[in-house]
Amino acid sequence: MKRVKRWLPSFLLVLPSIILVGIFVYGFIGKTVFTSLARVKTKSGRIKAPGGWANYSQLLADDRYQHAMWNLLVLTVVFVAGTMIFGLLWALLLERGVNGEGFFRSVFLFPMAVSFVAAGVIWRWLLSPAKDGQATGLNQLFVHLGMPGLQSSWYSSGKFNMAAMAIPAIWQLSGYIMALFLAGFRGISEDQREAARVDGASEFKLYWNVLFPQLSPIALSALIIVGHMSMKMFDLIYAIAGQSSYTAEVPATLMWTQMFQLNNPTAAAVNATILLVIVAVVVVPYLVYTNRTEKGGR
Amino acid sequence: MSSSVVPVEGSLSAPLSGEDLANLPKRRRRRTPAQKTWSAVRYVLLVFFAVLVLTPAYALLVTSFKTPSGYDQSTAWKLPRVWSVGGWQAAWDALAPAMGRSLVMAVLAAILSAILGSLNGYVFAKWKFPGSHVIFVLFLFGMFIPYQAIMIPLSGMMLDIQQGAPWFAGIPTLILCHVVYGIPICTLIFRNYYATAVPSEIIEAARVDGAATISTYAKIVLPVSIPGFVVTLIWQFTSAWNDFLFALFLTNQNNGPVTFGLNALASGQNPNYPQIMAGVLVACLPTLLVYIALGKYFVSGLMSGSVK
Repeated sequence: MKRVKRWLPSFLLVLPSIILVGIFVYGFIGKTVFTSLARVKTKSGRIKAPGGWANYSQLLADDRYQHAMWNLLVLTVVFVAGTMIFGLLWALLLERGVNGEGFFRSVFLFPMAVSFVAAGVIWRWLLSPAKDGQATGLNQLFVHLGMPGLQSSWYSSGKFNMAAMAIPAIWQLSGYIMALFLAGFRGISEDQREAARVDGASEFKLYWNVLFPQLSPIALSALIIVGHMSMKMFDLIYAIAGQSSYTAEVPATLMWTQMFQLNNPTAAAVNATILLVIVAVVVVPYLVYTNRTEKGGR
Repeated sequence: MSSSVVPVEGSLSAPLSGEDLANLPKRRRRRTPAQKTWSAVRYVLLVFFAVLVLTPAYALLVTSFKTPSGYDQSTAWKLPRVWSVGGWQAAWDALAPAMGRSLVMAVLAAILSAILGSLNGYVFAKWKFPGSHVIFVLFLFGMFIPYQAIMIPLSGMMLDIQQGAPWFAGIPTLILCHVVYGIPICTLIFRNYYATAVPSEIIEAARVDGAATISTYAKIVLPVSIPGFVVTLIWQFTSAWNDFLFALFLTNQNNGPVTFGLNALASGQNPNYPQIMAGVLVACLPTLLVYIALGKYFVSGLMSGSVK
């Protein structure tokens, strides 16, 4: 009884949040999963969704969904690789300290302060696919700079079109990865570098054998954060390609179309549930792992 | 408390805060010719990448100062022949009501989020209850879920509420959503802050003296909470201001925030580029000002591991 008295007030302090998260996160997830399994008939008696797991096989077999999944795969690979490469490169350029470091850091980070919609509006103009005489945006810039060969139809055509959609996303988030890596580098004491140099290690070996291994936990969280963002990326694609664009469609934007244009909440719920499962498969072990290591270190 | 191996866990602890990034002494050594060459290459690369990153900003600024009638696609990258604020004027006229709504929404959402986050963070860091660890991890997962997975029941529930209470449509709806879905990140920011900034011994001493949970919070924890509040307020303000998905699902042109208005402005039939580009700048101004003025706190929030 005395024990309960000790922790009850603190439990009550968190209770409102527990209720809100319980309803708005877990309750709603449950409801979405429930919706995704429903059997739906149209008014005329045609079966729109057969119900149960058949709903899932129906969507997974759908050409449009497969196309959206392929787009998501291309987007994720290019986006994750791009942000990691630029982020690490910029951090490497800055980590030993340069004049004007604050300026460069601010420049690389500023796109983070801009909303995806605002970024999408400007990138829609930059990635305009018209070429040569009609060229605008980047294509026009390439012509001006005497590099007309760099012109591209960007996201608007081709099997790998979503690689172009990753460019604005890389523009927005590379600075974030840079900040993570920079903080990681600054967290490593100078003694270790000195010790490695005394031992005769080359600069390359110093980075490869001493510094990079210590950054791997940061690289892991960077991967998780950027990867899960790619799964839910919506605003940017919606703002650049327009609503219900087929060429630039990913599951997150397709879900909006299923919901409002095709009037098919069941398919939207199936789509959303698959998205959630993909994210959970990666994130849950990560959360469990980080909280384990924390417990062990106490 | 924890050796912060991961930024998600380490937000405000020393090696990851923006302040420390800014204040670290520069590391300088006597340099060989090879190092001097490398240093020059480094500056060339940095300037090159800075130009690359700033190119869209250049296009935005230049276009926003052109006259709508004199705008010509073929000279889009050149400086305006006639500088004009007509585009800015038109963009402001189009976006001003939505800007006002966004401001109210983002400020209120940030304040409410910070209060909840502070209470939760205090409990999870200093006054745990049985099962609090599991609940904390369940909270954290809420940070990572794709909002697509909750959007359908959420919009259903909000419609139901609005039917009983029409005043709730628009901004109040969005405030509720940003506060609820901000609970994970705000709790995390405060928990990590309190774990390092408030010594457990003080809390223990207060416990021994028989102080209640709330009064310990009010007398010991709250007075040292300002840095946590600043980071949380900036972070929540920015993400509420920049949100588009909730706005699109839950509001309309007449009661929605500025991201909604901007998208509508930009997807009109005859694009007026000076107005659109000025609109982008107008809609970004508050968060850009926050970023420029309070950059290190912005970075601290960033380091807390969530980007919606």
